Amino acid sequence: MEQILLRHNKPGRPVTFYEYSSEGGFVALKKALNTMSPDDVQQAVIDSGLRGRGGAGFPTGKKWSFVPRNLPGPRWLICNCDEMEPGTYKDRVLLEANPYSLVEGIVLACYAIGVRHAFIFIRRGYEQAAANLRRAIAEATTAGLLGENILGSGFSCDIDLHISAGRYICGEETALMNALEGKRANPRAKPPFPAVKGLWGGPTVVNNVESLANIPSIIANGPQWFKDTAATPEAAGMKLFCVSGHVASPACVELPLGMKLGEIIEGHCGGMRPGSTFKSCLPGGASTPYFTRDHWDVPMDFDPVAKAGSRLGTGGIVVFDQHTCMVAVTLNLVRFYARESCGWCTPCREGLPYVVHLLELIESGYGSAEHIAILREHVQHLNYSFCALAPGAMGPVDGLLRHFEEEVREHIVKGKCPCRN
Amino acid sequence: MIPEHMRHELQSRIAAAVTNREAAVDVMKTLQAHYGWLTDEAVIEAAGLLELSPLQVEELATFYEMIYRRPVGRHVIHVCDSISCWAMGGESLLQNIAGLLGIKVGETTPDGQFTLLPCCCLGNCGQAPTLMIGDAIFGAVTVESASELLDKKRRDS
Repeated sequence: MEQILLRHNKPGRPVTFYEYSSEGGFVALKKALNTMSPDDVQQAVIDSGLRGRGGAGFPTGKKWSFVPRNLPGPRWLICNCDEMEPGTYKDRVLLEANPYSLVEGIVLACYAIGVRHAFIFIRRGYEQAAANLRRAIAEATTAGLLGENILGSGFSCDIDLHISAGRYICGEETALMNALEGKRANPRAKPPFPAVKGLWGGPTVVNNVESLANIPSIIANGPQWFKDTAATPEAAGMKLFCVSGHVASPACVELPLGMKLGEIIEGHCGGMRPGSTFKSCLPGGASTPYFTRDHWDVPMDFDPVAKAGSRLGTGGIVVFDQHTCMVAVTLNLVRFYARESCGWCTPCREGLPYVVHLLELIESGYGSAEHIAILREHVQHLNYSFCALAPGAMGPVDGLLRHFEEEVREHIVKGKCPCRN
Repeated sequence: MIPEHMRHELQSRIAAAVTNREAAVDVMKTLQAHYGWLTDEAVIEAAGLLELSPLQVEELATFYEMIYRRPVGRHVIHVCDSISCWAMGGESLLQNIAGLLGIKVGETTPDGQFTLLPCCCLGNCGQAPTLMIGDAIFGAVTVESASELLDKKRRDS
């Protein structure tokens, strides 16, 4: 099958600069700087239908178009590589094999938006990815593809790395900007949106690694080509799906957007591991409501997944088998969010530990029927928190109550977890 | 006190930043690597270098999972306790490693070699359960492989 992001990969080692360059790499950058205006590049990305791969799925080109071009002072581009959503490891897989598509994509994005200086914000634990990027940046600079007056075009652009020290909230774009500025990474109020007032008060675009790494192929092959790589007419492009949990062969695979959930699990991850049958999965990382066997044929694309009651998120699919207690899964997920809450706003700081407490009661056999109603209320109320962390945390709780209410009730009626002996 | 060459390195890192405090995480990490953890002395030194108050540094230091404001062992073992690792037995792995070390989760071995901490998703979910020691990630860890790993670390130090 055709691949976009993983096509340069070499088995067991990262691709070299020479290999990437001689196998179609940097063709897009040369094409753009020689024959396209910044607006042409932006238009191509808009026409391609590329939607942000970091979780929210906002159209990438449209995001760029919100940046006012007439404000004085510098503009910034930040590549968000703070990949800390549990169940998500696509950016690691991509960058440990090939850092060059991202570097090329960042330069193209900077050209389109008129940015002189870009940052890559990398999480702690991705030191290998950071080392690859550091090397790629040095090689690209030596080859005149980065730095001053790129390829004689008069356009200049630098990339800096910022390696963080581990905190989930840093992946939220406004918290990320605070972190990058060396401040405590609490989220900022929106509006003003980062496109207008972001890093150090300047217009800022924050894009995910995978979104930016797709840009070179869009420019080299054209928007229509990119669009047509998807599995359905409504979807656009390919997606890195990273599958984990109780499947036979957990893997990060690049597949056409819109491929059915069942096909990904059966066809590309070897189905369930021996002795396991499919019970449920998180379709797009820790903050997305569960899918069940009823969702086997849902096309894994932004709108169809949303229509089916969840979110495509990051494409991190975590699969659970028949022995897994969904109350215990949800408890693990909400505990994560309660711990990672930055504490800035009350609903999140106080609400999440309370939800953890209720789930603990239910899981340990001390739950009562009214706890279900209180949980349901919290699914609504935590939407009033300052940023998307608490609503995200309630995604699995929402899924639990919609698809596994019987299982929750069984805990309460039996006074113990029915999945344990 | 940090050595003079380290001070110079940090000063040039700060000079290259857009604002001083942009370099705060790098400064804290370097000092932590030097002292083993971010000591009170290190907080004051970081503040001096960054032209911040010690309280401003403290506010950052306590925010990050991988900045240690308490003494830790020579090797800090971070065991992922997020969902993919949990589904693959991460919980019992953590308890078993605690057993191997003879300490509770969160404690340091009496010889000062190991500190054991649970941590947030390490982004290695396809090879669960995962743990990290220093900058190195280890995937698909079993009790046996963890035991060998600890032996190796003991021999190396």
